[in-house]
Amino acid sequence: MRIFDPHIHMTSRTTDDYEAMHAAGVRALVEPAFWLGQPRTSVGTFVDYFDGLIGWEPFRASQFGIRHHCAIALNPKEANDERCVPVLEVLPRYLAKDGVVAVGEVGYDAMTPEEDRAFAAQVELAIEHELPVLVHTPHRDKAVGVRRSLDLVKESGIVPERVLVDHLNEVTVGLVAETGCWMGFSIYPETKMDEQRMVAILREFGLDRMIVNSAADWGRSDPLKTRKTADAMLAAGYSADDVDRVLWRNPTEFYGQSGRLLLEDLEPAEPSALYAGNSILRGARK
Amino acid sequence: MLEDVSAALSARLDPAGATWLAEACDRVREGRQALGALFPAVGRRCGRGPLGSPVAELCGWTIDDAARTMLLAAVPLDGDALAGEIEALYRHGDANERRGVLRALAVLDGAGLGNRALPLIRDALRTNDTRLVAAALGPYAVRHLEPAAWRQGVLKCAFVGVPLAEVAGLAERADTELARMFADYANEREAAGRPVPEDVRLVAERKEA
Repeated sequence: MRIFDPHIHMTSRTTDDYEAMHAAGVRALVEPAFWLGQPRTSVGTFVDYFDGLIGWEPFRASQFGIRHHCAIALNPKEANDERCVPVLEVLPRYLAKDGVVAVGEVGYDAMTPEEDRAFAAQVELAIEHELPVLVHTPHRDKAVGVRRSLDLVKESGIVPERVLVDHLNEVTVGLVAETGCWMGFSIYPETKMDEQRMVAILREFGLDRMIVNSAADWGRSDPLKTRKTADAMLAAGYSADDVDRVLWRNPTEFYGQSGRLLLEDLEPAEPSALYAGNSILRGARK
Repeated sequence: MLEDVSAALSARLDPAGATWLAEACDRVREGRQALGALFPAVGRRCGRGPLGSPVAELCGWTIDDAARTMLLAAVPLDGDALAGEIEALYRHGDANERRGVLRALAVLDGAGLGNRALPLIRDALRTNDTRLVAAALGPYAVRHLEPAAWRQGVLKCAFVGVPLAEVAGLAERADTELARMFADYANEREAAGRPVPEDVRLVAERKEA
């Protein structure tokens, strides 16, 4: 079983997670730029974070046979801090990079005018750089947030096929289904969605434009939720091909619109980046 | 060395990649386009596979390393201006772009770069990214890096798993101090019950030679 996790924050995860993910079938992923838990206070810390997303983290992932891509953006929460907003000026530099396959996460947190401006500006950047967009939807007042996000997307002129609206649930999936945008679901241990509810939504809405992620980060979350959802689909009578469609073909089709997805076999990686004799594994494990 | 890079590259580029690179080099040479916009696109346009050159200095190079070297060699600058351009590309580059800059230093050395790019070598040697560490210890480092830092870099290669065959000038520059450091490292591994890689043992045993 091959799995593409279209939304996971590996910067916050351990090498044990990478090993377990590889063993579960995860071969590629996208790490969207987001809030780090501790608020940032300057553009410089964003730059360092973005550099990690196109530098150290892809290297770390490659040690475990997993291809790492990322999405770059100013997240909605920090779009409210005037010290962080100038990061919008350095985004074009990153949106030209190889491993960057989308603009994201953009969207709403508390639905402020500042969030409106950052969201709209970044959808414009996505159009300019011919990249798809990953839209985060708010935890609080979600249905209103989803509607407002869809309105902004429509006004921007970006084609819906290039937009993935994430963190949906039973209440909000229908709003997105009719727009032509892709529908993302984050499967969590407690909050957001679980595997069984996900299977029920797939039964009702079909497999078209459906995307499942673990959204694992620094909070209580599980990087193997993609695999667990796949298992729940099989147990519910879906075929292996159906699973492959939702857990691999759908996300690769969405992010593939960037033209920058690198999915050729990556084991072994480049000659000097040996899987078994590398900077992370040697010394630390034997 | 630029001739070697060019020859190896023409054997590996497909027609579309070759055309793109030739055009990009012309633009850079004539000052029509800034390198900053072209540099990130090299992998997508030219490819990323192994360069496969038999030339010793090009051991471990990839196609995009070689293409970036050609682009940098086309920059019509020298001295401080060249160093400034290189530093900006490195600072704003992803890991592959940074590696490309490090690879090109050996070629650019001839354009009056002198030791101005040493801060980039030191930066790369502080990382734990084996691709950058290996690329930093090329012919440029052999010529310009002071002995203590060069030895630390070579020992780091052994620690992080960069094959020592990829370290330029090892046979010529290895000294008794490097052999001592490697012998101590080998002892440490043996004391911990860990195997000593063959290439580590070879450097450690230079002392007796």
